[in-house]
Amino acid sequence: MITKETVNYIASLSRLHIDEAENAGFVRNLEDILQYVAKLNKLDVAGVLPTSHVLKMENVFRDDKVSPSLTQQEALSFAIESHAGHYKVPKVIE
Amino acid sequence: MDLFNLTANQLLTMISSGQISAADVLSSVRVRQQAVGQKTNAFIRTYDETGNGAAFPVPIGIKDNICVKGREVTCASKILKGFRPPYDAAVVEKIKASGGIVLGSLNMDEFAFGSSTESSSYGIVRNPWDLGCVPGGSSGGSAAAVAAGEAVWAIGSDTGGSIRQPASFCGVVGLKPTYGRVSRYGLIAFGSSLDQIGPITKDTTDCARLLGILAGFDHRDSTSVDLPVPDYTKSLDRHVRGLRVGIPKEYFIDGIQPSVLAAVQAAIDFYKKEGALICEISLPHTEYAVATYYIVATAEASSNLARFDGVEYGLRAVPSRPRKAGIVDMYEETRAKGFGNEAKRRIMLGTYVLSAGYYDAYYLRAQKARTLIKNDLDKAFLDCDVILSPTAPTTAFRIGEKTNDPLSMYLSDIFTIPANLAGIPAISLPCGFDEKNLPIGLQLMAAPFAEERLLAAAFAYEQAHGWHVQRAKL
Repeated sequence: MITKETVNYIASLSRLHIDEAENAGFVRNLEDILQYVAKLNKLDVAGVLPTSHVLKMENVFRDDKVSPSLTQQEALSFAIESHAGHYKVPKVIE
Repeated sequence: MDLFNLTANQLLTMISSGQISAADVLSSVRVRQQAVGQKTNAFIRTYDETGNGAAFPVPIGIKDNICVKGREVTCASKILKGFRPPYDAAVVEKIKASGGIVLGSLNMDEFAFGSSTESSSYGIVRNPWDLGCVPGGSSGGSAAAVAAGEAVWAIGSDTGGSIRQPASFCGVVGLKPTYGRVSRYGLIAFGSSLDQIGPITKDTTDCARLLGILAGFDHRDSTSVDLPVPDYTKSLDRHVRGLRVGIPKEYFIDGIQPSVLAAVQAAIDFYKKEGALICEISLPHTEYAVATYYIVATAEASSNLARFDGVEYGLRAVPSRPRKAGIVDMYEETRAKGFGNEAKRRIMLGTYVLSAGYYDAYYLRAQKARTLIKNDLDKAFLDCDVILSPTAPTTAFRIGEKTNDPLSMYLSDIFTIPANLAGIPAISLPCGFDEKNLPIGLQLMAAPFAEERLLAAAFAYEQAHGWHVQRAKL
């Protein structure tokens, strides 16, 4: 069952600030959708391997060769805030 | 003659014979866009590029989740406002190299989360056939632009039906290629194990031509498959004798609009009359597809959207009064202000199904259900060459009809989702009109990399009917 507390916890994991009114909406939405997807519990999945990806390929590597890429200046050109070649963010440690 | 109503193939013939010039085409499409753009709201922004001097620069619209160098690209979200990618997506490189002209960015559901293009932060898109109806989604701007003559071709992306369902609602042709056929380099990711980029055009001939431009190996997309790209236009063939057409009994359920059912039944009769072999098949896990999809797709989306955090690009917001540590406040406020309701809903659901204690019950179980759905299709293609069904259970619904009921919106993708879960190619093409003169879409699916077979089967039907030459009156 989805409670107000569950929604707050999930919002915090999602790094989303939500207010009281939104919380009530999410309780309802998540409850509805989870109730619908519960139909998967009827399936017998014993011994079935999970599919994360439909292609039969793994470990796609490229040659370890340096090729042109964005310069530091280009990469930072659309930064919201930058300083001395770095992204600048609000204080991380209080 | 209204050039904007013609296909690239028709226009090319006229240019080659000297009847018209490439500049006439471009000007016709631009004038049309200016005339009807406010009605459809298909484009978010337009550019006035003139091309690189190709003999026929096809005017193309690009969905707003595909990077165009130096142009604003936002996924129709406030969180990416002002983002100008410093590179072209692989498909945009290919379009430019082919001589195509990028007309502008096309409207969509925010981050491609939706089936109606009502969740865009740039306003809803209206269906050219009836401005009170949705164009479908999430590539609603792409389908509406082609249907209205605002672009000759459009590029869309399809995670659970986002090319095919709007193509169906707007009476145009849309194809989702095999997973790995078209590079996703430069596509802003939604569900990485499901997403494919594909063409939206007025007919199957143009579809074949555009797919040939888009397809091909790209080392920058690790899911790209290194297989030769055939000349898809050579596959167009009017003969379907001996083609094995599978009819999945689980797709013909209660709740399909009667006129949709009748149009699809008539298409089955056509193939039978032309000598195709109609076989009833079973895809027993079909009823689990939507539930499986909404777990897998939202899980992947919640992970992909974690990058929008107010650090590198786009929006940054801070609360007026501090709540938590500085940077966490910034993350939470940026994402609260930047994402719309449906994006938040999907991030929340995806985070929930991946969270400790629920992973096995939801995400892992859905991945196993996905195996069963894929196995059904693999097995079906031993007995048939294409699988035929409606693209969507209904024609275009009214604006606002499903916005307060997310689940009923999700169910409009019931026939398109399995192709994404299995990674197979599928096409939607017009197969008639309902009692309100709204277009009906026919879906054909085929085995991986059998796009030629899809196009051939679609072409045979299209040429014998002529639905594709009908145009919306705007």
